[in-house]
Amino acid sequence: MKLTLKIWRQKNAQDKGAMVDYKIDGIEPDMSFLEMLDVFNEQQINTGGDPVAFDHDCREGICGMCSLFINGEAHGPDRGVTTCQLHMRMFKDGDTITIEPFRAAAFPVVKDLVVNRSAFDRIQHAGGFVSVNTSGNTIDANTIPVNKQDADAAFDAATCIGCGACVATCKNSSAMLFVAAKVSQYALLPQGQVEAVDRVLNMVKQMDDEGFGNCTNTGACEVECPKGISLENIARMNREYLSASMKG
Amino acid sequence: MALDSKIPDGAIADKWTNYKDHINLVNPANKRNLDIIVVGTGLAGGSAAATLAELGYNVKAFCFQDSPRRAHSIAAQGGINAAKNYKGDGDSVYRLFYDTVKGGDYRARESNVHRLAEVSSNIIDQCVAQGVPLAREYGGLLDNRSFGGTLVSRTFYAQGQTGQQLLLGAYSAMNRQIGRGKIKMHNRHEMLELVIIDGKARGIIARNLITGEIERHSAHAVVIGSGGYGNVFFLSTNAMGSNATAAWKIHKKGAFFANPCYTQIHPTCIPVSGDHQSKLTLMSESLRNDGRIWVPAKLEDAKAIREGKKKATDLAEADRDYFLERRYPAFGNLVPRDVASRAAKERCDAGFGVNKTGEAVYLDFAAAIKRYGAEAAYVKSLDANDSALITKLGTEIVKSKYGNLFQMYYKIVDEDPYTSPMMIYPAVHYTMGGTWVDYNLMTTIPGCFSIGESNFSDHGANRLGASALMQGLADGYFVLPYTIGDYLAPDIKMGAISTDRPEFVEAENSVKELIANFMDNKGTHSVDYFHKKLGKIMWDKVGMARNEKGLNEAISEIAALREEFYKDVKVPGTDKGFNQELEKAIRVADFLELGELFAKDALHRNESCGGHFREEYQTEEGEALRDDENFAYVAAWEYKGKPSDAVLHKEALVYENIKLVQRSYK
Repeated sequence: MKLTLKIWRQKNAQDKGAMVDYKIDGIEPDMSFLEMLDVFNEQQINTGGDPVAFDHDCREGICGMCSLFINGEAHGPDRGVTTCQLHMRMFKDGDTITIEPFRAAAFPVVKDLVVNRSAFDRIQHAGGFVSVNTSGNTIDANTIPVNKQDADAAFDAATCIGCGACVATCKNSSAMLFVAAKVSQYALLPQGQVEAVDRVLNMVKQMDDEGFGNCTNTGACEVECPKGISLENIARMNREYLSASMKG
Repeated sequence: MALDSKIPDGAIADKWTNYKDHINLVNPANKRNLDIIVVGTGLAGGSAAATLAELGYNVKAFCFQDSPRRAHSIAAQGGINAAKNYKGDGDSVYRLFYDTVKGGDYRARESNVHRLAEVSSNIIDQCVAQGVPLAREYGGLLDNRSFGGTLVSRTFYAQGQTGQQLLLGAYSAMNRQIGRGKIKMHNRHEMLELVIIDGKARGIIARNLITGEIERHSAHAVVIGSGGYGNVFFLSTNAMGSNATAAWKIHKKGAFFANPCYTQIHPTCIPVSGDHQSKLTLMSESLRNDGRIWVPAKLEDAKAIREGKKKATDLAEADRDYFLERRYPAFGNLVPRDVASRAAKERCDAGFGVNKTGEAVYLDFAAAIKRYGAEAAYVKSLDANDSALITKLGTEIVKSKYGNLFQMYYKIVDEDPYTSPMMIYPAVHYTMGGTWVDYNLMTTIPGCFSIGESNFSDHGANRLGASALMQGLADGYFVLPYTIGDYLAPDIKMGAISTDRPEFVEAENSVKELIANFMDNKGTHSVDYFHKKLGKIMWDKVGMARNEKGLNEAISEIAALREEFYKDVKVPGTDKGFNQELEKAIRVADFLELGELFAKDALHRNESCGGHFREEYQTEEGEALRDDENFAYVAAWEYKGKPSDAVLHKEALVYENIKLVQRSYK
């Protein structure tokens, strides 16, 4: 396949950045999108150019490191996948592909296509945990049965990979889906109920402090989420927040 | 230097308890005067950092990723073992201990493995208390499944994302301590040197990967939890960034490196598709609970399939060879990974492979779909003769068990595994070798500890499924927090260690020099060019099967490649900022040394055991032929300037509780 790549190039956080056009040839349909970028970078290095920086690690859709806004969509045109699982068979010979970083004020660009998603970590520091000691001196795990439906729903929320596609795709750059997934996981389990009130208040406050926008129920986050995290979680978080506000 | 494993006296079941009763403790008020550096934040490093901080130590944690949550432990799929005997199928601490030592082909240290089995139950309790959503039965209790190499159901899981959930549990525990200020987290930092003062590990030199700044960090002890070195093969199931640098740097500073040739080849991975491939994707071993592995029984059928003239589903039952079930009736598809991998390679080498390159076998779910479908039809009183209905019901059940894995396969291969069998082939997965540690998990450098996959102690020559997560969390949550206290007790009055000491200056200068050499090199080839070449040598000559000739060739080829690398590598850009090519160059430089030691270790071990298969040492039936008389030891290598000069030290493995027998899964 022959392709035209329009790639966002930005030297560092201070640099203004711009789109740059490149031509590339010899791309196979069974390459992953990131392997296509590997080939691109190899050519850049061999011809004295500057390889493009992009985040990636596990390349099997679970670490959440890869990002990329491809042709105006977080993780590109395929559904239910991360960029590392996107394959070139989704594109046609002669296509022009626009590749940008995830854009949000709370995700500053580090270089080229790499952004800093530490804001997600700081939201977790504010309450994304159960305050249990890690000594191993806890009760037997089967002492508190957990209804299978609740355990499964908690699991579904917990599968969020923290990639930030929800933020990148939201017109308000809202982090509601991400935060709601974490709040939901704990809200659905008996463990950690004790601190449920503080958790949701603290995490929502931190989310606001980081500069993420508000949720206006557009639902784009759910559509672009590679892990199918559902909007129901936002509804659940809103209920948790409301009840916590009244108790608090 | 003689190796002292410091195994406590007493009966195996009492060692850990007696040890804990007699070690030195650090008063809670003194813990806040002690600093500990933890490198790596996966299951081992993350759980260690959280627990040490909770105990009161000041922890400085480092990871190369942008967040601890992205460590590659997150990709583990199938499950974690624990001897809870919830199923009442005969499991016990002793059985878990026994299975692990046997599975490791009697090359693990008994005392460490027993301790691992003892604390395994605590891990499950701990994770559930943290809010990790492990799979449940309808009654609300935890569910289990079975895994390769065992005859009991002791594996706890969260669909095919167990590693993710356990890691997020450890990450949440870390977050709590980061929020309290007890852990100082350094994301996007890479450890590039160990600092030793008066013979003890007292700090590290790290590079800030965003700014390029070289930083000095001091501590009273340094813990390495940086994972394995499977990426020495270039293609592996490891994350792209997984590297050996932290472990290799401490090796060069005096930590012995043990059993580097023990590498697990995982039998169920998506096969290589072409030269551009950047990594291999694993399909969880749990699939072998329901998937049947086969190849065509006739060569002409295999050929027709490779040429696209026939499909898997065209072959009648009688024309299929379920080779694992045929060769190993007792364990069938659930034989351990090394046995399953070799059997698949043997069939493919004999010409029965089913993909274009001839390097794939089938993993078939048709029988499971039919079985589950019939069961569901019976329960729902539906027509058991309606095959479309049976298939539909069965597919739903298989989907609920392995849905995410099937989706992953579909996205990569572009074929629906519900209707045509998956194609799989063995790939490099987990490394059982690593830095040598004593019972305290301390390396041969005082004050430098190594935990999880980066040490060598618990898995022997082969790792059973669902035991890596167990070891990572056992080391981090429950073992290191005791042993490190014993070491630190005499240090309570020491106070903070200045980073102005000459040892820090010297270590920093050596890092700067290494980087400057790369940046000034006017080479012609990219880092990946060399990494791929190394990977090819490793796979062809030091891979699933090894022989003396190939290993000798590999040793000289790797040494030559290393020389070429330093002369001809090209690292673009600048060292003053974010530079992924520079990061790779530093890592590949270490792989180029480790690969040679790896081959040297494989060459000296004149036997076959677990993941180490020497072609010269096999039974008439093609099974691994161990030599307990001459090789029942840990091979710990001491660095002497270059891999070819490394000196071998032996730790004899003493089995007091398990009789060494030929492993049989028949």
